[in-house]
Amino acid sequence: MGKAELPLHAPGTQLDRGYIGQSVPRPNAQRLLQGRGAFIDDLRFPRLAHVAFFRSPYAHARIKNLQLEAARKSPGVIGVFDGRAVAEYCTPWIAVLAHLKGIRSPAQHAIALERACWQGEACAAVVAESRSQAEDAVALIEAEWQELPVVVDMEAALEGKTVIHPDLGDNICFKREFDTGGVDEAFARADVVVEETFHFGRHTGVCLEGRAILADYNAGEHSLTVYQATQAPHMMQDVFSRHLGIPEANVRVITKDVGGSFGIKVHVYPDEMATAALSVMLRRPVKFVADRLESFVSDIHAREHRCKVRLAASKGGEILAFELDDLTAIGPYSVYPRTSGIEGNQVVNLTGGPYRHQKYRAKMHVVFTNKNVTCQYRAVGHPIAVALTEGIVDIAARKLGMDPAEFRRRNLIADDAYPYTFPTGLKFEKLSHHKTLDLLLRTMNYPALRAEQENLRKRNIYRGIGLAAMIEVTNPSPAFYGVGGARISAQDGATLRLEPTGMLTVMCSVTEQGQGTEAVFAQIAASAVGVSLDKVRVITGDTGVTPYGGGTWASRGAGIGGEAVLQAGRALRANILDIAAAILKADKAELDVRGNQIIHRLTSEEKIPLSEVGRVAYFRPDTLPQQFQSELTVTRHYTPREYPFTFTNGIQASWLEVDPDTGFVRLLRHWCVEDAGTVINPMLVDEQIRGGVVQGIGAALYEECLYGPEGQILNGNMADYLVPMAGEMPDIVCAHVETPTRQSQLGAKGVGEAGTAGAPGAIMNAINDALAPLGARVTAMPFTPEKILKALGKV
Amino acid sequence: MDPALDITLTVNGTAVTRRVAARQHLVDFLRDELGLTGSHVGCEHGVCGACTVRVNGEIVRGCLMLAVQADGCRVETVEGLSDSQELAKLQKAFHEHNALQCGFCTPGMLMAAQDLLASGKKPSREDIRAHISGNYCRCTGYQSIVDAIEQVIRG
Repeated sequence: MGKAELPLHAPGTQLDRGYIGQSVPRPNAQRLLQGRGAFIDDLRFPRLAHVAFFRSPYAHARIKNLQLEAARKSPGVIGVFDGRAVAEYCTPWIAVLAHLKGIRSPAQHAIALERACWQGEACAAVVAESRSQAEDAVALIEAEWQELPVVVDMEAALEGKTVIHPDLGDNICFKREFDTGGVDEAFARADVVVEETFHFGRHTGVCLEGRAILADYNAGEHSLTVYQATQAPHMMQDVFSRHLGIPEANVRVITKDVGGSFGIKVHVYPDEMATAALSVMLRRPVKFVADRLESFVSDIHAREHRCKVRLAASKGGEILAFELDDLTAIGPYSVYPRTSGIEGNQVVNLTGGPYRHQKYRAKMHVVFTNKNVTCQYRAVGHPIAVALTEGIVDIAARKLGMDPAEFRRRNLIADDAYPYTFPTGLKFEKLSHHKTLDLLLRTMNYPALRAEQENLRKRNIYRGIGLAAMIEVTNPSPAFYGVGGARISAQDGATLRLEPTGMLTVMCSVTEQGQGTEAVFAQIAASAVGVSLDKVRVITGDTGVTPYGGGTWASRGAGIGGEAVLQAGRALRANILDIAAAILKADKAELDVRGNQIIHRLTSEEKIPLSEVGRVAYFRPDTLPQQFQSELTVTRHYTPREYPFTFTNGIQASWLEVDPDTGFVRLLRHWCVEDAGTVINPMLVDEQIRGGVVQGIGAALYEECLYGPEGQILNGNMADYLVPMAGEMPDIVCAHVETPTRQSQLGAKGVGEAGTAGAPGAIMNAINDALAPLGARVTAMPFTPEKILKALGKV
Repeated sequence: MDPALDITLTVNGTAVTRRVAARQHLVDFLRDELGLTGSHVGCEHGVCGACTVRVNGEIVRGCLMLAVQADGCRVETVEGLSDSQELAKLQKAFHEHNALQCGFCTPGMLMAAQDLLASGKKPSREDIRAHISGNYCRCTGYQSIVDAIEQVIRG
C-alpha cells in the first residue's frame, strides 16, 4: 500500500494518521463565540411576514366554529387562515412504515380541520408584519368548542373504553411480539427469578433555540427556499416537494446554525409545514419560531414507557432469560415520516443487549393518547432498554449476593465471541464489553470506592455506585427507515474541491448542529488529501450545494459522512498526483502530497506547492499534455451495508449521595467508557459524551412533562419543567476503547447518543445502591425527592 | 397602536435614539431594531440566560427588562465586548476547551462568566458552577465551560 492510501483506520500501527485522533478545536465555533452565528431568527429578509398559531386549549375537542374576523382586522395582519384554507396548499400525511408491520395512524393536517387531539395543536394561523402583531391577533380569535372525552393514561388507552380515532377501532398504533422460544423452560429451571416494573417519565428536548423555519416562495420560479433548523435537509426537501406540490428541484432547504436539535429537529411538524404553505399562499417569505411555551406543547416529547421485566438466573450467576412487557404512549398521531413506533421497537430490540443469554420474550404496545405527540429523541429507546436491563440485573445480583460488577463480568458477551447474533436477530460485528468494564473499574478505582461507601455508611452517609452497560445502534443502513418506504437517505456524500490557491473545499450532506461535524470532516479531508487543517473550508446544510444524504441522526454523521469525506479525499489526492506527475514529468508513484506540497515519496523532497498544481490545472492547462484533463473536484458516497447497524458498546458508572431526610440526590462523579471505534477528535467525542450524560441525568432526576387528568400540561415552562443546570452537575470522566468497524476504512462508529443512553440507568442503580441498606428502591423516573421519600416511607 | 416612547441610550459605546413600543423587551429591541442578533431569545421568562446583556455594568436578562427602562443607560452586548477584546481571553479558552456546541447559549454564558471575572474574586470550581447556574446549556453538560472559565481565572 502506498502512502497515498493512508490506512487511517488501523490504531496501534505506526502509520501516519494525520489529524485523525487529534483534539483540534472547531474552526466554526469562532463566529458563535462572537455572537456572529446565523440562526434562523437572526436572518433578515425584505417583506418578511411572521406567523403565530392559534392552538387548542383542549386536549380533545371538536372545532364547532372559528371566528377569525376580529383577528383579520387587527393591526399589521396580512392574513388569517383555518385548516381548510391551508389544506388547499398542503396535503396531509400518514406516518407509517412498512417494516413496522401493522402500524397505523390517521391522516394529519398542517392545521387541524375540525378536531383538536391534543392541547397545543394548531387550529388557525395568523400572518402579520411582526410576531407581536400576529400574537395580538391570535388573541382575538374566538372558537366554539365541543369537548370530547380524553384519553390521558396509557393503561386506559390500551384498555380502549374511549377510542380517540373511531375509524381505527381501538387506541393501538403498533404492537409487536417476539419470542425465541424456550423462555418458560428457562424460567422454570432458574434458581433465581426477579421481576420489576419500571416507569419512564415523558420528557422533551428543550433545545435552547426553539424550532425555527423561514420559508421563501418565489412565484416567478415556482420555487421554494426554506431556511430551517433541521437535522435532515434532504428529507425535508422531499417532504416540502411532495406535500406542497413543488418539483423537488425547485425546493432548496438551507440549514445554517442550529441551536440544539437532539432529535427534536428531525421530524415533520404541522406548524412548520403550515409556515411553508403560507409562504406559497402569500407569495412572500414567512417565518415561524416556536416560543418556549409553544415548544412545550408542540416539540415532540419522548419516552413515557411502563416496562415490566423479568430475569431468570442460575445460582452460579448465569443469566438464562429475559422477559419484557413494554407499554408506551405516543399522543394522538404517529409522527411523520419516521413514525412513533421506533422507540418501542428499539426497547424490544435492545433489552438484555450486553448479555449472552439466549432466551428472550417480549411484547410491546404503542398506544394513542390525547397528549402532545412523542417521537425519536436522543438515544431513542436506549435509555429505557439500558435502564430496565441494568435495573433488573442489579436486582438479580443483589438477590444472588453477588457484586454487581462481578455479576456483569460473568454475563457480558465475551470479547472474542464476534461476530455475534443476539437473540432478537441483531448482529454485532465486534464489541468490547469486557475491555470497557475493566477500564471502567480501573478508572473509577472501584474497590476503593466500595470501601469508602462502606465506611461512610457507618456514619449514616448513604452513597451509591451504579453501573450501566450498554449497546447502541449507530451508523444505520437503510434497514432503519428506507426499507419501510420512508424517503430518508441512509447514504451520504462528500464533494472535495482543490481550489486554485491550494485550499480545500469540502461539501457534505451531513449537517452541523454543534456536535463538531464540520471540524471532524476538515480533519479527515486534510489527512486524506495531505493539506494542513487551516487550508480546509467545510460547507454543510444546503440541498442546493451538497451531495444528497441523510443528515444528522442515529449517531451516523462521523461514521457515514466521514467515510464519504475520506473516500473523496483519497480520490482527490490521486487526481492531484496525476496533475503533479504531468507538470513535473515524473512517475506518479514517486510522488505524494504532504503539508500542502507535492513531495518525493522516498526523499520527502518538496517539489511544488499545491497552489502551483492549482494554478496550472485551472489557468494554464495548455501546458499539460493534450489528452490530459485534470479533475480537482471529486464526489464520493458511502452507505453501510454489511450490517444493518454498526453496534457500539460502553459502560457508565455513577457515584452519588442520597440524603434520606430530604430525598435529595447529590451527584458526585460520573464515568463513561465508550467504544466508538476510531476516535477522530477525542475532545469532541468526550464533549458529546458529557453533554449526553447530562441529558440523561435530566431524564433520571428532573425532567417530566406532567399532565393533568384533562390532558392539560401542568409544567410547560422553564420555571416549572426542570432541566440540568451547572450547579448540580458532576464532573464526568471519559475513557475509550477503540474497536474500529471493518465496514469502512475510517473505522468510526457513532458516539452522539452514548451518554444519554446509559446515564439514566447508572443513576437509578446508584440511587438504589445508596438506598439498599434502608430497604428502599425507586423505579419511576424522574427520581424526585418526593419519590425517594415515598420509597423510604417518610411521606 | 402600541404606546411608544422615545429613548436614548448608549449601546456598545454608540449613542442610539429610537422610538420604541412600551411593551418591547430590551433583547427584542437590540435584536430587531439594532440588528444585534448575538443576544439570543431562549425562554422569554427569565430562566435560561441566553439573552444576558450588561446594563450599566450589571448583567441582566434582556427578556425581563423593557427597552424603555434602558433609557439613559449604558448597554453592552456580546458584539461590543468582542470588538473591545474584553471577552478575548474567555473566547479563546471556550474555543480551546470546546465549551460550546450549538453556540446558542454562548453569548449569555460569556456575559455571565465575564461578570465573575470582573468581580476580581478567586472562585472555586463550585463557585463557578454556582455563578453560571442561571445559564442553561443543553449541549455541553457544563464541565468544559467550567474548565474554560477556571483556566482564565487561574491564568
